[in-house]
Amino acid sequence: MTAVLQVENLSKSFGGVVAVSNVNFAVEKGELLALIGPNGAGKSTCFNMLMGQLKPSAGKVFFQGEDLSGLPSRAIWRKGVGRTFQITATYASMTVAENVQMALISHNKRVFSVFPYAHKLYRERAMELLSLVGLADQADRHCAILAYGDLKRLELAIALCHEPSLLLMDEPTAGMAPSERERLMALTASIVADKGISVLFTEHDMDTVFAHAHRIMVLNRGELIANGTVDEIRNNAQVQEVYLGGGNLYESNEAG
Amino acid sequence: MGLFVAQLLTGLANAATLFLVAAGLSLIFGVTRIVNFAHGSLYMLGAYIGYNLMQVLPGAFGFWSSVLLAGVIVGLIGVIIEVCVLRPVYRAPELFQLVATFGVILVIQDLALIIWGAEDVLGPRAPGLKGVVRILGEPVPMYDLAMIAITPFVLFALWYLISRTRIGVLVRAATQDREMVGALGVNQAWLFTGVFFLGAALAGLGGAAQLPKGGADLLMDFNILAAIFVVVVIGGMGSLPGAYVAAVLISVLNVFGVAYIPQSTLVLMYVVMAIVLLVKPYGLFGREEVAGEHGQVGEPERPIKPASLRVRLIVGAGLVLLACVPLFGSNFTQVLISDIIIFCLFAASLHFILGLGGLVSFGHAAFFGGGAYVAALIVTYADTPMEVAFLLAPLGAGLGAVIIGWLCMSRTGVYFAMLTLAFAQLIWSLVFQWGEVTGGDDGLVDIWPSEWLNDTTPYFYFTLVLGVGGILLLRHAAHSPFGYALRASRDSSRQAEATGINTKRVQWAAFSFAGAMAGLAGALFVFSKGSIFPSELEIARSFDALIVIFLGGVKTLAGAVVGGASLEYAKDLITRFEYWRLTLGLLIIFVVVVAPEGIVGTARKAAERVGLLPDPSKQS
Repeated sequence: MTAVLQVENLSKSFGGVVAVSNVNFAVEKGELLALIGPNGAGKSTCFNMLMGQLKPSAGKVFFQGEDLSGLPSRAIWRKGVGRTFQITATYASMTVAENVQMALISHNKRVFSVFPYAHKLYRERAMELLSLVGLADQADRHCAILAYGDLKRLELAIALCHEPSLLLMDEPTAGMAPSERERLMALTASIVADKGISVLFTEHDMDTVFAHAHRIMVLNRGELIANGTVDEIRNNAQVQEVYLGGGNLYESNEAG
Repeated sequence: MGLFVAQLLTGLANAATLFLVAAGLSLIFGVTRIVNFAHGSLYMLGAYIGYNLMQVLPGAFGFWSSVLLAGVIVGLIGVIIEVCVLRPVYRAPELFQLVATFGVILVIQDLALIIWGAEDVLGPRAPGLKGVVRILGEPVPMYDLAMIAITPFVLFALWYLISRTRIGVLVRAATQDREMVGALGVNQAWLFTGVFFLGAALAGLGGAAQLPKGGADLLMDFNILAAIFVVVVIGGMGSLPGAYVAAVLISVLNVFGVAYIPQSTLVLMYVVMAIVLLVKPYGLFGREEVAGEHGQVGEPERPIKPASLRVRLIVGAGLVLLACVPLFGSNFTQVLISDIIIFCLFAASLHFILGLGGLVSFGHAAFFGGGAYVAALIVTYADTPMEVAFLLAPLGAGLGAVIIGWLCMSRTGVYFAMLTLAFAQLIWSLVFQWGEVTGGDDGLVDIWPSEWLNDTTPYFYFTLVLGVGGILLLRHAAHSPFGYALRASRDSSRQAEATGINTKRVQWAAFSFAGAMAGLAGALFVFSKGSIFPSELEIARSFDALIVIFLGGVKTLAGAVVGGASLEYAKDLITRFEYWRLTLGLLIIFVVVVAPEGIVGTARKAAERVGLLPDPSKQS
């Protein structure tokens, strides 16, 4: 079986700074895979390359066997990759439901149609998706007055519009209250289980990661230093060192 | 060789004034994000005030102190404008302030007429610099040489102020990130006022300094406006050295243009601007500039909904009433209403890309006038029947918009606006100077409708059907998936691109569609007047549409139509007075200050407050 997403030797440098170096990994079908690492490890750079917003310096990305290199993000989306953003990106002048309908219109390739009323198109499907993420009762509210946690859930609904095989979530719970985080990740996990979608997500909240991820990869200074099950990562000495500090500074002081 | 050098020197001397005025505009824009249309008016005031001072103050010392004093006085006038007119509207939607500055233009025009009269004023010659110097056998005015010598010092002084003093640090910081400067405890209001003083003073200085070369007249405000915008854009917004280089480039090219290819003089500067922007998108020394990069100002736009049954009935009743006008109204009333409808269609087409798409075009008249000229040309040269002309005018204008849109689409914000202006001016100067075909300044005449419409009342109905039909079509498009995709591209191009929407293509299509609708308005216009002149392609026409949109409410669907109808009607009433510009200018400023969200936006708020409309903030 081929993996849903296959990343080979992915690298990116900005001038002399190597942000991501030789990263290799695969996402299997139905897998909830976490990519963690300290600030500046290269997680977002990695994500932006997967989604076509940044051009890799080297390396290839295969989605269901197809090479995605050089494609703009809208083409990658058409192939069945959805994404949510670290800082939410929604259409502030529309209602909640219309935000979802817009993605459905695009999915059905009717962006240039001028005859129907947009707010009547795919309304039912949009409501299904909104109930899935628990926003149905807010469907007709102005998107601009939504709470941040609700915007995150709205983004998830938008990302599910084209029934993606793979979902990329860049810090899905950033800026949310702890109880909301747990609910959103539980929701994501149940969607993965129901629909067989694969999810790759980055996250800073370790409780969330260890509670829901099937597998964890750790990125540090642009390099993948660990890739394994939750328990393996928890007990990995190198990972502990990256997150807790190795105490090298003090040891070397004592030695000197 | 001698002539060549003399021309070069003339160009450099002309660049001095242009640089002073443009540097002021650039500073004001850089810090306050205000596109100050009134900058040319400040320049004109500098010239007149300098002239008066020179009458009083004698000798060389008097001359130069007059120039400096004129700068200071105009700077203070700038402060008055900033505090009274602009401060109340800093929280308004982006670019809204340009409407206020447009009002200021009108006020200053009439005030200057009242104070200094309609006669042109001949500038006094600078004492001690009255003669000419022979360089390689060619006479060069000494004053020109003085200007050439002084300008680098002015540039240096400004550069020193901006890059070496604390004030300069604040100005530069505010240019890059206003909010951060505010957060660091700098009083933004006074910083803005200070910058406005400096910018206005530079304009006044420029106006007074050019007196010995050009004198003062009432048209000089508009005459320099386009040139200084071009200079600022070519140099790069906010860059002083850029403004200097661009001023030299434009002035020198202009002098040589007049000498060697006189038929190209009008277009030359815009060709240069278009080339520079296509090669260097942010000007020679500019940095990336995005309209709205400092976040949405004011509250976000409301969701839109198709009109309710009640509103439809009211609008329908209004249309029936309009259709009855020929029964009781005079011919004059019918013509006035036709004019208003045509103008509203033009404004609504611009609103489609400006309001829904967030694309600020300063050159929409190219498509209005373009459509009119397409119709006029084919009627004149191919004897085409009116019906066919009505088909070809929107098509021609639309095709023009496809091409211009393609060239402009990779630019954003103010640079997009300026590039559209450049192409509009290109078309205008082409029409103006290609007299054999277009009739030049004399225009094209005898463009009348077909027999069955060749009377006031039938043509009134024709305009009513096509004009209102066009407006309704634009409105429907706003509610269609296409209109939604356009708003999505404006609200968050990140999300739109990430969900399969090709945002640039959507915007390009919208730009072309808006161009075609403006072309339809142009065709209606030319057949109602029977003639067409290059003035319909002018910047002023583009600005008319821009201003009514902001006046009506850029964040509302009905804004363009309400603003257009109000202003056209007000103009019809007011232009009967002697000082109508003063009245209209004050009226515009008044509306801007009391209704910063436009007429429709502010009326809606008021209706919500008194309970006529449901208040969205009180919903669950």
